[in-house]
Amino acid sequence: MFPIEHFLLLAALLFSLGLLIIITKRNTIMILLGIELMLNASNLNLVAFNTLLPESVDGQIFALFVIIVAVSEAAVGLAIVLQVYQYYQTSIPDSISELKE
Amino acid sequence: MSLVTFMFYFFEAVAALSAVALAVVRNVFYGALLLVVCLLALAGIYVLAFAEFIAVTQILIYAGGILVVIIFGIMLTTKISQKPLVVEHSYVMSGLLVAIGCFSLLSMVLSKESFTPSAQGTLPAVNSAQTIGVSLFSKYMLPFEVAGLLLLIALIGASVLASNIKSRKE
Repeated sequence: MFPIEHFLLLAALLFSLGLLIIITKRNTIMILLGIELMLNASNLNLVAFNTLLPESVDGQIFALFVIIVAVSEAAVGLAIVLQVYQYYQTSIPDSISELKE
Repeated sequence: MSLVTFMFYFFEAVAALSAVALAVVRNVFYGALLLVVCLLALAGIYVLAFAEFIAVTQILIYAGGILVVIIFGIMLTTKISQKPLVVEHSYVMSGLLVAIGCFSLLSMVLSKESFTPSAQGTLPAVNSAQTIGVSLFSKYMLPFEVAGLLLLIALIGASVLASNIKSRKE
């Protein structure tokens, strides 16, 4: 058994790095990659807390559902990115500001 | 240090380093490959945390599915040219500030709490995949069906959104 704090610290690091990627990158696909990283950090937390209760698998099943939602998000998000790219001919999120003007 | 402990720290180091490199790298294609390295290292950590079924699902879905979709997306959103797609960085200072603040807040909370297992030193004796399968079809039946419906909606929605076929009536 490994100390659970190591899992949780790694998950916190991955979550913060995903947040950093979402804020700093100027490309919509990179932002999607950051969202995937944050979802995986939450998954790591669920699996880590499941090791505290070895007789149940509730945390692992919750992690499975998070993976399913991440897959749907990636598919629909990339479809939206493709349509936005075809309409605006750019993948920089800051230059898609039609509603702001 | 036993082999298992070494593998645990090795996978943790690979996951953390590839995530840091993903935040620094400017080429989108390298970014996608680094994300897959990070997710495969996480799958190794899941195996060491007695979650083999989640580990296999992670490898199948992320390395097999999401990587292909993301690389298709990268190739369809770049104009065909020789030079690689380079991403600019913006709001670097505020992004670093938010990320460091988030990480320090989370680690501060973690250092204050102490998590102890309910039954000290017990390992799961049962087959994890079998337990997951049985509880998916008994205790978690409704969420399982709702997840299937969500996947169907995402399938139809993604194909409708990504298609650019005009209606024949126009």
